[in-house]
Amino acid sequence: MCHQTVSLVARHLEANGIPTVVFAAARDIVEHVGVPRLVHNDFPLGNPCGEPYNVEQQREILEYGFKLLERAFVPRTTIQTPFRWSKGDAWKDLILTPEQPFQSEESEKAWLERKEKYRKLKAEGRV
Amino acid sequence: MSSYVRYIDRTRDYYLSKGYDKSYQWAHFEEVPFTPLKKPLAESRVVLITTSDIGIKGVELNNDETMSVSMGGHYSMPADTPIEDFYSASHGFDRHATTLEDVGAFFPIGRLREAVESGRIGSLTARFHNVCTAYSQRRTREQDAPAVLERCREDGAEVAVLTPV
Repeated sequence: MCHQTVSLVARHLEANGIPTVVFAAARDIVEHVGVPRLVHNDFPLGNPCGEPYNVEQQREILEYGFKLLERAFVPRTTIQTPFRWSKGDAWKDLILTPEQPFQSEESEKAWLERKEKYRKLKAEGRV
Repeated sequence: MSSYVRYIDRTRDYYLSKGYDKSYQWAHFEEVPFTPLKKPLAESRVVLITTSDIGIKGVELNNDETMSVSMGGHYSMPADTPIEDFYSASHGFDRHATTLEDVGAFFPIGRLREAVESGRIGSLTARFHNVCTAYSQRRTREQDAPAVLERCREDGAEVAVLTPV
């Protein structure tokens, strides 16, 4: 969901004269919304700018974004970085599957409470 | 090398399996805007914008009731905040595969400061911005994005780097 929100903001800035680059892991969501420039890292959700504490990799990934800003000449330009998750690709088969709940019980409970609150505020016309 | 994860399909199937019968309608546009760089990056001022629910330890940034319930909202942070003071309390990441302990993995403030020092980019804006995730695409498009644009203009931002979590 935060990929959709960030993409909508990028589109708005770009339409108003500010060039943008989005760094993201969930490539399909960002491309579905449609943004001018995307640097896609094929990493688990949470690390669109590189693996934790891998400063050199994070630096290289940012540089891909700078090059994209300099070289893209049409919107919807995506760069796929060459990096692979250091612990292998097993996470791809497990993310968002019944075998591996995305949220902890605690955070899912909080999420459901938030949804309920949203419904209530919406019914009251406050959102 | 296995292909990248299709999150739209995966989330739909996941929530269907959990008994939710209504699929989320993701935003989709045929037209995509495009603005070329106006001047070299080395002379440009860069703003960092994120949807990672970034926070500053000990500072109350989230003072809007609606922010905490996925209804959008936005707030700004001083760009010169020490890196170690930033953190993210987001739950929207793959907790089985990774962590958010290193903000550099989703909020590249350290790398951007290096880029200023090396002269790769001109400067950073005085403020960075967090936009809160919203179910309502309209909320983001009509309220939060315009508000962030205004702040970017006030700060003289010429290029924007955007990161989700």
